[in-house]
Amino acid sequence: MKPRALILRAAGTNCDGETAYAFQLAGARTESLHINRILENPATLDQFEILAFPGGFSYGDDIAAGKILANQLVHHLGDPLRRFIEAGKPVIGICNGFQILVKTDLLPGPLAGRTGQTATLTNNDSGRFIDRWIHLAPRGDKCIWTKNIGPIDLPIAHGEGKFVPADDAVRQALWDQNQVALVYANEDGSPAAGKSPNNPNGSVDDIAGICDSTGLVFGLMPHPERYVDPLQHFAWTSRAPLSSEGQGLQIFRNAVVHVTEAVGAGV
Amino acid sequence: MIHRIDVRAQDGNDPLGASISQQIRGLGKNISSVQTSRIFLLDTDAQNGDISRIAHELLADPIVESAEIFSERESSSTQSRIEVHLKPGVMDPVAASTEMAVRDLGLPIRQVRTGRAFLINPKLDRKDLELIAARVLANGVIESVHFDPYCPTKFETGRETQTQIRQVNLRNLSQPELTKLSREGHLFLSLEEMTAIQNYFREQNREPTDIELETLAQTWSEHCVHKTLKSAVEVEVRDDQNRVVSSRRYKNLIKETIFASTKTIENRDTDNPFCLSVFTDNAGAVAFDETDAVCFKVETHNHPSAIEPYGGSATGAGGVIRDILGTGLAAKPIANTDVFCVAYPDATRGPLPKGVIHPKRILQQVVAGVRDYGNRMGIPTVNGAVYFDERYLGNPLVFCGCVGLIPRDKLQKAAQNGDAIVVMGGRTGRDGIHGATFSSAELTDTHADEFSHAVQIGNAITEKKVADIILAARDLNLFTAITDCGAGGLSSAVGEMAEKIGATIDLDKVPLKYAGLRYDEIWISEAQERMVLSVPPKHVSELLKRAQDEDVEATVIGTFGHPNHDLILQFRNQQVGRISMQFLHNGIPTPTRKAIVHAPTSKKSAPTYAPLSPDAIKKKLLTALAHPNIASKHWIIRQYDHEVQGGSIVKPLVGPQQIGPSDAAVLRPKLSSRRGVVVGCGMSPQVEDPYEMAIASIDEAIRNVVAAGADPDRVAILDNFCWPSVDDELTMGSLVRACEACRDAALAYGIPFISGKDSLNNQFTNKETGQVLRIPRTLLISAIGVIEDVSKCVTMDLKSSDARVVLIEPNYSTDIASLGQLHRAISKLIRAGKISSCHDISDGGAIVAAAEMCIASGKGLLLNDPLDTESAFAESPGRYLIELTNRAETSDLDRIAKVTNFATVQKSPKLTFKGGPELEVTDLTRAWRGTLDW
Repeated sequence: MKPRALILRAAGTNCDGETAYAFQLAGARTESLHINRILENPATLDQFEILAFPGGFSYGDDIAAGKILANQLVHHLGDPLRRFIEAGKPVIGICNGFQILVKTDLLPGPLAGRTGQTATLTNNDSGRFIDRWIHLAPRGDKCIWTKNIGPIDLPIAHGEGKFVPADDAVRQALWDQNQVALVYANEDGSPAAGKSPNNPNGSVDDIAGICDSTGLVFGLMPHPERYVDPLQHFAWTSRAPLSSEGQGLQIFRNAVVHVTEAVGAGV
Repeated sequence: MIHRIDVRAQDGNDPLGASISQQIRGLGKNISSVQTSRIFLLDTDAQNGDISRIAHELLADPIVESAEIFSERESSSTQSRIEVHLKPGVMDPVAASTEMAVRDLGLPIRQVRTGRAFLINPKLDRKDLELIAARVLANGVIESVHFDPYCPTKFETGRETQTQIRQVNLRNLSQPELTKLSREGHLFLSLEEMTAIQNYFREQNREPTDIELETLAQTWSEHCVHKTLKSAVEVEVRDDQNRVVSSRRYKNLIKETIFASTKTIENRDTDNPFCLSVFTDNAGAVAFDETDAVCFKVETHNHPSAIEPYGGSATGAGGVIRDILGTGLAAKPIANTDVFCVAYPDATRGPLPKGVIHPKRILQQVVAGVRDYGNRMGIPTVNGAVYFDERYLGNPLVFCGCVGLIPRDKLQKAAQNGDAIVVMGGRTGRDGIHGATFSSAELTDTHADEFSHAVQIGNAITEKKVADIILAARDLNLFTAITDCGAGGLSSAVGEMAEKIGATIDLDKVPLKYAGLRYDEIWISEAQERMVLSVPPKHVSELLKRAQDEDVEATVIGTFGHPNHDLILQFRNQQVGRISMQFLHNGIPTPTRKAIVHAPTSKKSAPTYAPLSPDAIKKKLLTALAHPNIASKHWIIRQYDHEVQGGSIVKPLVGPQQIGPSDAAVLRPKLSSRRGVVVGCGMSPQVEDPYEMAIASIDEAIRNVVAAGADPDRVAILDNFCWPSVDDELTMGSLVRACEACRDAALAYGIPFISGKDSLNNQFTNKETGQVLRIPRTLLISAIGVIEDVSKCVTMDLKSSDARVVLIEPNYSTDIASLGQLHRAISKLIRAGKISSCHDISDGGAIVAAAEMCIASGKGLLLNDPLDTESAFAESPGRYLIELTNRAETSDLDRIAKVTNFATVQKSPKLTFKGGPELEVTDLTRAWRGTLDW
C-alpha cells in the first residue's frame, strides 16, 4: 500500500501541484484538499499518513506571511494536528507552509522553557522578495525528512524567510536538541556565515530548515519540490552527464520510507 | 467604535524603513532614519481586553514586532510623522483578511482599514514632508496623507442608490453639441460615431438612457474594438519631393495584412496543424501535444500605469491572466511576461511636467505591481525586457503577457439560450470606471485628477481563488462559455458573450462592494477579479456550491438569449436599457482613413564603420555594458518567482553564477513530460523606419527563442502596437508600414501571428506649455514555441575551454527569406547537439554579446580578429554567436550565411583582443551589473 499524503491548500496556496507531483514520484498517493474541508470535518486528517503545507501566499500573507492560516490552525485544528503527530505521522511545511507552522506552536515547539510561538520568519534583510538557487547543508540527525542528504542545491522564492528564534536560549536549544536540520551554505558546503547571497535573507545561524522535538515535523524555506528532476537545476546545461534525479526528491522519499517502515513495524 | 493598533518592528529591524530613508536621501533631504509602522483601524464592539488580544496574538509578530493600542498623545518634538491611508472604497486586501482572522479569534468585527505611518528623524518642515509624501510614500489618487495620527470616529459608508432613470437628450443635438457630449460624458466617440448613435435612436423614436450611451461607448472604444487597425485605409505613396507616386487601399488594414499572412501559413500546414485558434478568442492558441494546446496573450496597461504605476501594472498582470482564464473554456496560466518602456531613471532630473511621475519611481512601482500579482497567483514571471528612452517620460508603456495550457477539446465555447449569466469573483465598486474609454484617449496633465476613478487596485488572492474554481469546474463541464471582465466591465463581457443571442441582466443582483452605485456604474465598472460564465440551468447549483466551498462569490445576474437578440438591462424591475445586438456590434461606422508613406529612397549603401583604437574599443565596451538598455536586469528578475509550478528549464538568469542574461525562457508545463514551451520577445523602437523597425523586432524575438532551442516550424508570434496618435496621416502611414512588415516577415519566415493588440494615442500633452511628448513607435513582438525535448535546449553561457566560437551573419540582412533559412539552420544544429552555447546578437552588437557570454560563464574569450572598427557594436538582424561542441562543423551553414571564426574559449577569465588589450571578466561584470543594481 502506498502511503497517502494530504496536500493541504487554502486561498493563495500555489505550490500544491508540484508538491503533489514530488510525493507521487517518491511513491505516495496524494490528495489535495482545501482547508475548509478539514475545518468542516477534522477527522478527515486521520485518513492520511503524511501531511504537507505547500508554498504560496495563504490569504495573501496579509498581516504577516502564513499568519492567518496559522491563526485558523491554532483556533480550530490544534488538537487534530497534535493527534496526527502523536500518531508518528510526518508533517512538512515548505516556504509558506514553514511560515504557517512556525506561527503556530507546532514548530519548533516548546523550547528553553517557552511555549507557544518560539521562533519566527520575518522580512528578508534586503526587504525584498528573492528568487534564486542556494546551497544547503544538512545538520543533526533528528529530522526524519533529511536522512541520507548531503549538501544540496535548491531554489528559494520568498520575501519573509529570515529565521529568528525568540531569544538566545531558544537558539541554543535548537542546536542542542538537534532541531536545526538545514543551513544555508557556501558552494563547498561550509556554512554561509550570515553572508549574502549564500545566506539569502539574514537567517540567524544560517538556519534554513528546522524540525520539532520528534523529528516528524519539518519546515524549510527552500523548495525541494522544485528540484526532483535534474533538468530543473539552474546550471544543468553545463553538467554532463546529468544525475538521475533532482536532489530534492530524497526529502519526500524519506517520509514515504519512514511511513512504510513504521507500518511494516506495526506502529 | 474604532480602535487603532500600531504595529512596528522591535530592535530597529525595519528593512522598509531603511529603504525609504535611502529614497528620501535620494531627494536631497539629509535625514538620519525612518521608522515604519502598520496601522490597523478596527470598527468593533470587542472589549478592551479583546482588542489587546487582537493586537498581540494576531497583528504583531510576538518575536520581532510590538503592538501599541493607540491613544491621543502629545506629538513628538524630535520626529516628523507622515501617515498614508487608503481612501474609502479603494481595494484593501489586508483589511478583508484581517476581518476574517478576527472572526477566527471568535471576536466581533464590522470593518477594518489599514494604513502606514512613517516616523522621520530629525523633524522636517511641512514643505519637505509634503514633497516626501508625494514623491516617495503616497499616491494621492488612491491614498490620503496625514501629518498627525489619524483615527476617525467612524468610517464613511455609501449613500443609498438612486433609481431614477436618466435619459439623455440626443436626437436634437447639433454636431458641435454631439462632440461636446462625447468629451464631457467621457464617451470618447468620434462625431461620425455619435451621429450613427443619434440616427439609431431617431429610428427608435426615443431618447437613449445614460446606460445605453455608455454601453455603446464602451463597446465601440478603440480599446475594445480596435477600430483604427480594422479601418479602411487609403495609402498614398510619396517620393522624397512629396509627389504622389502611387496609392493602394485596404478595406480592413489588419485583416488584409497580419490576419491574411496567418491564413496563408495555416493553409500550408494542414497535415499537423500548429495554429488551433487565432485572432478570435481572448488569446491565440497553438498545438502543444496531442491532448493540449498552449495559448498566449499580451496586453498593455499604459495609461493606468502612468497615473498609478503599482496598481496599473498589477491589474495589467491580473487582466491578462484573466484573459487566459477566459480563453476557450478556461486555460491554466503557466507563465507571465512583462515589458516596460520608461524614460532614463538617472538622466531625468529637474522639475517634471505636471502630472508626470519620475521614471525611477514608475519602474520601481510597475515591477512591484507585476511581482506582487504574479507571485501571489503562483504564475512564474519568466521573460521580459525594459527599454529606456526619454520619449516615454509622460507616457510609459507596460506590457503584461500570460501563457496558458488548455485541453484541445476545450478551445471552443458558445453561450446557449437559457444559460444563466453568472458573475464570479470580486465585488463591483466604483473603481475602474471608464478605463476602456480613458485608455483610448491621450494623456494630459489633468488626467490624474479627472480619471482617478479609472485606476484599479488588484487583489491577486481573489483571482487565484477564482482560477482554482474555474479550472475545476471546466473539467466537470459545468459551463458553456466564459470570459473575463476587463475593459468595459460587465458591459463588454456580457455584450461579447451574448453577441449572437442577446441577454437580459438584472443589475441590482450584481454584488457590490458598498452601497451607492448607480445602475450604469455597475454595468461599466472595471472592478478587478471578475469572470462571467454562462451556465446551463442544471449546473447552476453545483457551480455555486463549489464556489461557496472555497469562499468565492458567484451570483446569477441574468439569462442569456432573447427572441430579438436584444440586450435588455433591468434595475429593480425597471428596464433601464435596450439595444439590439446587431447595432451594438455592427453599427459602428467605418470611415476610410488616409495614410501617407514615403517610397524607399534608392538602395542604401553598405554602412561604413569608423576605425577604433584598442583603448577606445575597451572604453566603448564598458560604456555599452553599463547602458541601461543593455545592463543586467537582475534587480527586477530576482523579485519575480520564476520557478513556481516547478516547470522552469531555462531560467531568466543562467550559468554557474546565475547571472547570465538568457535569450528566452523554457518551461515544462507537464512535469512528467519532456515537452516544453519557450517564450521570448523582441523590440526595436530605436530603428527609425517603421518597416525596418518591425522586421528588427520580429527577427529579434525569433532569434531569442531559436537561441534557446526553438524549432521555427513550431513558433508563433504576437504583436503589440503602441503608437502615438494616428490622427495625422504620416503617423497612420507608419502604422500601415509596420503592419505590412509584419505580414511580409510572417510569410517569409513561415511563422504565424496568432494574437495581437494595439494601444494608440500614447502621448502626453503638457497643458501648461502646450508641448506634446510622443512616444517612439513601439512594436513588441512576443514569441512562443513548442519544444519536443527540453533536454536539447542550450543556454548562452560558455561551456568548454578551447571550444570554437563562431559569428553567424546573414549574407543579406535585408532579405527576410534568407533570414528565415538562417534561423532554421541554427535551430537544426542546436537540436543535433552541435552547439553548446548560443547567444542572440542585439543591443550593443557582437562584442557585447561576447562579453555577456563571458560574464555568464566566468570563462574568457580570445578573439581571433583585431576588431578595430565600430562594426563590433553594429546591430542588425539575423546574427548569432555560437559555441560549437567538440569537432562540430558548420558546413550546413556556409551556403546560407557568413560564418566567421570569432573566438576561442579560454579558461582564464579575460576577454582578450588579438594583439590588443585584455579586459578582466570581473570588470565586465561590474560594469554590466552596476547600473540597475537598485
